[in-house]
Amino acid sequence: MKNRTKLPNIYLGIVTAIMYLPILIVIIYSFNESRISSVWEGFSFKWYADLFRDKSILDALINSIILASLSSLSAGVIGTLAAVGMTKVKLRTNSTVEYIATLPIIIPEIILGIIFLLYFSLLGLRFGMTTLIIAHTTFCVPYVLILVKARLAGMDKSFVEAARDLGASGPRAFFDITLPLILPAVASGMLLSFAMSFDDVVISVFVTGVNVNTLPLKIYTSLKTGVTPKINALCTLMFIATIILIMLSAYLGKLNRINTTDSKEETL
Amino acid sequence: MDNNLILKLEGIEKSFGEEKVLKGIDLSVAHGEFITLLGPSGCGKTTTLRIIAGLETPDRGRVLLEGRDVTDEEPNTRNVNTVFQNYALFPHMNVEANVGYSLRIKRVPKKEIVKRVEEALELVRLTGFEKRMPNELSGGQRQRVAIARSVINQPKVLLLDEPLGALDLQLRREMQTELKRLQTHLGITFIYITHDQEEALNMSDRIAVMRDGVFEQLGSPSDVYDRPRTSYIATFVGSANIIKGKVVKQTEDSVFFSCCNGTGIAALSGVTLSEESEVTVALRREHLSLHKEKPENAHGFWTVIKEKRFSGGILQILLSYGDDLELISSKQGLDSDMTVGDNVFVTWNPENAVPVDLDGDQ
Repeated sequence: MKNRTKLPNIYLGIVTAIMYLPILIVIIYSFNESRISSVWEGFSFKWYADLFRDKSILDALINSIILASLSSLSAGVIGTLAAVGMTKVKLRTNSTVEYIATLPIIIPEIILGIIFLLYFSLLGLRFGMTTLIIAHTTFCVPYVLILVKARLAGMDKSFVEAARDLGASGPRAFFDITLPLILPAVASGMLLSFAMSFDDVVISVFVTGVNVNTLPLKIYTSLKTGVTPKINALCTLMFIATIILIMLSAYLGKLNRINTTDSKEETL
Repeated sequence: MDNNLILKLEGIEKSFGEEKVLKGIDLSVAHGEFITLLGPSGCGKTTTLRIIAGLETPDRGRVLLEGRDVTDEEPNTRNVNTVFQNYALFPHMNVEANVGYSLRIKRVPKKEIVKRVEEALELVRLTGFEKRMPNELSGGQRQRVAIARSVINQPKVLLLDEPLGALDLQLRREMQTELKRLQTHLGITFIYITHDQEEALNMSDRIAVMRDGVFEQLGSPSDVYDRPRTSYIATFVGSANIIKGKVVKQTEDSVFFSCCNGTGIAALSGVTLSEESEVTVALRREHLSLHKEKPENAHGFWTVIKEKRFSGGILQILLSYGDDLELISSKQGLDSDMTVGDNVFVTWNPENAVPVDLDGDQ
């Protein structure tokens, strides 16, 4: 009996170790005194200090933050409007639209990158921040759409009907009732989008301009000239930031579940 | 036109896909009336209510509010408010914000809103609950908030969709009284939906018994209870006994019919039935009298007592005559010298026997 209960735990331990050990190593070596990554020479914050003195990295960080903020913001608006609009069309159209709308996360990123490259060239757009924002918004919309749509599906439609009944016009009912109730889903979709955009390399490689670097791109290019522990330090910070974002998104997702359904069940 | 008329439905029809839910609803409601739509689930009563509220548009027919055609108007422009079945209190607003919502939309000054919310909450006896969130309230309290929210704007008509459905029996009884008190106090027309016949009989001025998208009978509670038009109504409202027989003869004010081993008599005037034709008669359980001996000149049947049940202070006696007839008699109290297996003669006052299903479309 005992073995049976232990086996899954051992298995879980191995899988977790394989998955997370590399991350742990990166984190540990970001505190390494030595210049050579594979030799441990003692604990130090010097690479972090180095990192914050590197202007090109800070510029890339600012770019990444601007890019992720604007992309997740526009994805938030577009995705929410799409989800709300989809509740008002026929079921059949609805599923087709949903399928098409979620394509950007189904298509392999590299293909999406090439698509954007060709498309923007055809349009004659200058590659840079604009193209990055358009591309990132595109692949972020589905995250917001899916989350908000699920939230709307679970929402009792009598809330909006009650508002209409009490004298609210359609738009008024949307801003007073629907929006506050779906807001956690919108926010959690936007946070997820932010994290996705902040991490993206593949698509960014294709659509960025010569003088615009994002943080992941900066890391990627630095790798070609050899890994310094500075990159480890950067990765550690990005890892922590991403984790925080994902946790925040999950927390909002949990809030999501409260109050969605009608109040009847609890009384029974 | 009747000036007292507040709401009028004319030939309302509505289908959802292939299914025709409403097949021509006509209703005139006077100011201050308490009307109940009574029927089993799926009979179209909620759809009727939603059409009055403007949450659905009828395929055919008109909705007139104080003589004005509002059929195609949005719900927010109608002076009609609804208490939803699940109350639909806005979960992200506290009681005060919920109740005052319609006033905020109308841009009523803040001070006045506070005052009127206070009054409305006092009306439903929830003073002091202003800052509570809906999920901090019990079912009965939510219900009261929902009512306060709907009446604060002084609607012409208040629509209530099974408002007591989610409450337990005792609370339901209390709320019945409370609702009736409110209605009298406010003088608002109530259109009330329920599948509970007791609720309907208790509170209404008039009851519309609905079945398959039509009103099968529209009348006062005593009309519906004492003079059911169809066997469906007779059994749905107060579960009457249904006896089928053949017409033997008809006098000016009554009809004699044969059934089983005897002859029954029912009050009937204004309708002529041909001899030998089928007649269906509804007989309330409490109107049956049982005798060990056949009384002189009495009309009735011999039956056998099958079962005795005692519940809630009422004795029910199940009677039968072979497979042809089954009757239930009920009376207050336990005392009865009859036992299972006894032969008893059943009689009733002819006035209490109501011929039903006389004409399909009365």
